[in-house]
Amino acid sequence: MILDSKIPEGPLAEKWDKHKFNVKLVNPANKRKYDIIVVGTGLAGASAAATLAELGYNVKAFCYQDSPRRAHSIAAQGGINAAKNYQNDGDSVYRLFYDTIKGGDYRAREANVYRLAQVSVNIIDQCVAQGVPFAREYGGLLANRSFGGAQVSRTFYARGQTGQQLLLGAYSALNRQIAYGKVKMYPRTEMLDLVMVDGKARGIITRHLITGKIESHSAHAVILATGGYGNVFYLSTNAMGSNATAAWRAYKKGAFFANPCFTQIHPTCIPVSGGYQSKLTLMSESLRNDGRVWVPKAVGDNRAPGQIPEDERDYFLERKYPSFGNLVPRDVASRNAKLACDEGRGVGTTKLAVYLDFADAIKREGLEKISQKYGNLFDMYAKITGENPYEQPMRIYPAVHYTMGGLWVDYNLMTTVPGLYATGECNFSDHGANRLGASALMQGLADGYFVIPYTIGDYLAQNPTTRIETSHPAFKEAEAAVRADVDKLLSINGSRTVDDFHKALGHIMWDYCGMARNAEGLQYAKQEIRKLREAFWSDVKILGTNEELNITLEKAGRVADFLELGELMVDDALNRNESCGGHFREEYQTPENEALRDDENYTYVAAWQYTGPNQPAVLHKEELKFENVKLTQRSYK
Amino acid sequence: MAGNNPNSKPMNLTLRVWRQKNSQAAGTLETYQVKDISPEMSFLEMMDVLNEDLLRSGVDPIAFDHDCREGICGMCSLYINGRAHGPERGTTTCQLHMRKFSDGDTITIEPWRAGPFPILKDLCVDRSALDRIQQAGGYISVNTGGVPDANEIPIPKPIADKAFDAATCIQCGACVAACKNGSAMLFTSAKVSQLAMLPQGQVERKTRVENMVAQMDKEGFGACTNIGSCAAECPVGISLENIAMLNREYIGASFTSENV
Repeated sequence: MILDSKIPEGPLAEKWDKHKFNVKLVNPANKRKYDIIVVGTGLAGASAAATLAELGYNVKAFCYQDSPRRAHSIAAQGGINAAKNYQNDGDSVYRLFYDTIKGGDYRAREANVYRLAQVSVNIIDQCVAQGVPFAREYGGLLANRSFGGAQVSRTFYARGQTGQQLLLGAYSALNRQIAYGKVKMYPRTEMLDLVMVDGKARGIITRHLITGKIESHSAHAVILATGGYGNVFYLSTNAMGSNATAAWRAYKKGAFFANPCFTQIHPTCIPVSGGYQSKLTLMSESLRNDGRVWVPKAVGDNRAPGQIPEDERDYFLERKYPSFGNLVPRDVASRNAKLACDEGRGVGTTKLAVYLDFADAIKREGLEKISQKYGNLFDMYAKITGENPYEQPMRIYPAVHYTMGGLWVDYNLMTTVPGLYATGECNFSDHGANRLGASALMQGLADGYFVIPYTIGDYLAQNPTTRIETSHPAFKEAEAAVRADVDKLLSINGSRTVDDFHKALGHIMWDYCGMARNAEGLQYAKQEIRKLREAFWSDVKILGTNEELNITLEKAGRVADFLELGELMVDDALNRNESCGGHFREEYQTPENEALRDDENYTYVAAWQYTGPNQPAVLHKEELKFENVKLTQRSYK
Repeated sequence: MAGNNPNSKPMNLTLRVWRQKNSQAAGTLETYQVKDISPEMSFLEMMDVLNEDLLRSGVDPIAFDHDCREGICGMCSLYINGRAHGPERGTTTCQLHMRKFSDGDTITIEPWRAGPFPILKDLCVDRSALDRIQQAGGYISVNTGGVPDANEIPIPKPIADKAFDAATCIQCGACVAACKNGSAMLFTSAKVSQLAMLPQGQVERKTRVENMVAQMDKEGFGACTNIGSCAAECPVGISLENIAMLNREYIGASFTSENV
């Protein structure tokens, strides 16, 4: 099978406009004859559900939380990029495109990224019209700040709660359509399988998390906006419930999974404090605008930070990358923090942390100004650690944060299954091997508000309006399979808890498929994951029944999928014999420890096809063509 | 700093937890012991430890709502020792840490108690009534596309900041749970005032407040008697001023109603 990315012909800047003209339209009277399922109600899902309902389609939206507003987009802190150039500092659509391609270490599609940069400006207009209270200057116009990997100020923000405010905007648009009856909302409902009829996605099977009821839902197209798979690592900045189940089960029904090994380790998170730790908390990248990252120059320097004089500190990012300083991209910052700790210069009781110091900024701008910018983040840090970051530097360490990999999609955001779309973090398309800060919110909303509403119409217009009843054998079969999976889990009655397995998987992934990887470790991890998966299916302990709120059963289904996905991530990391962005293979590095790409052999998207239980996935390659940007060694020096 | 002694000792605690099989069943307070709880743990991590113990000993683990564990998604709840989200002000349960408790403490953990929040199981309640209040008018009616350039709507910074403060409500329901009347006024007022303050919200200003208040009443939330426990217990500091604003908005709207 040859992967067709369906990138439109013509010059980069004209592709999207041309494509929008060329796609088929569904006339307004016919839109109400089509049903669309949207799974997930974060930025990508809520924006798509609301917009498609506004256009006249019938939408069914699903989320596992008790309200669509709780999707984990809500936790995004720092901001959203847009090429508005309001600051007159040299920004443009092309520059945002260029920064994103470069930041992604040249492993993203030019055409997708350019479109993302183009529609970024519309997102800000849309959000302001919805009443999103972005930060403003005294003249009443919008304020901006800087983020990693860019030398312009293009990040719009709402204090340290930008994701919350953007999601509430999308949630309000969704609510309006729920009130109109154009969206039927299914909270506390989890998708457990995709239903295909005649080779096309025609519905989903769900489980209601309170009653356990397993149900079929039919539609003409299905959109997965279910986020990323960072929780494979057990500890991550994702929400406790964030999971890969919907995407993974779609993969098993024929949707290819692209670049699974591209995971983002975020440099500024609160370090792990003990084995009971359930999740990690991010401290926004925006803090690197004013915070300075350092460790002691000497190995084993155990003095309190305040007692280490200036000339005995190593501000390693400023020293190594003078032009970007503390604002280097995330992969670079994370790797350097790890290097410093590996050298024995880490700080705090665990020695797995570096300082993020605001003393200079407070001296320069005053306590009040710093508190205005970052108050809620400082408070959060104080609550979690019991330390006051106004008085002593924060201790930070990298943590799993985002997954650039995801379901393979073409330019229309359609997966390899006709009628099945993937948007936001759930797809792989825009961030290459490393996502720049403040670009996840941009992509989620771009996909939902401005891309999918055009591209899904093109598909629907070519498909009949005929509805399929959920009594169709394809639905009954899929329901029976889901029920059988649940029964199998409940019948094991073993001795180890689900969390126990999940933690064990997390350790394997972090140690061998985390910030640094090598072939030997990956081979070992593959074996260990297989052993763990076997142990899970023979020894996991789940109490209770399906017909109730059963928190262990819910988790077990998700962990079962992580145990398979983890192996695919390892396979992908093993296949990619180069280092790029967040994928750092120790065998492939420059003398200065920077990622060493192999453009000749690996300028492709690795899209994996499922072939059956415990069968090796089959690799398909989509060559990446760079017609506008010249591939170079990324330099932030 | 207080509470940050890495050598502070693990704690043994007695927990009294509300257990209820489902919405129909009767519930009781059950007593459990937890041992070796680190002061660095979050409250919910302490609950995780208990749940792992229960599971291993064949007892159904305790169901409680939680998700982001960063204090922003609003999914966590819990009445802890008679306080919504526990003893620390301005803090959600997920951000509450065990260093706020002492060895030997007995901690009572109950679900939100309010008529419009039926219990689903153990500590989980149904808060969908709050979503329905939002659906009644908590939005500006703009479709995607066709909106003016963002900077064509200048908003004075103090107003933008105030609107932001009101917009930070996380819809956890603590205000309702803390109120002796089970009133949702603080919650509803936060959205009403955010949008009433902004120029984008003017067009639907009157119908919005009327419709949201009507839905609030329909859901069976109680009346506001200006006690203020809602604002005192709000984990994100939504101000009582919003209720004053809601009242002004509502009275003004009812005199000149545009609802036909």
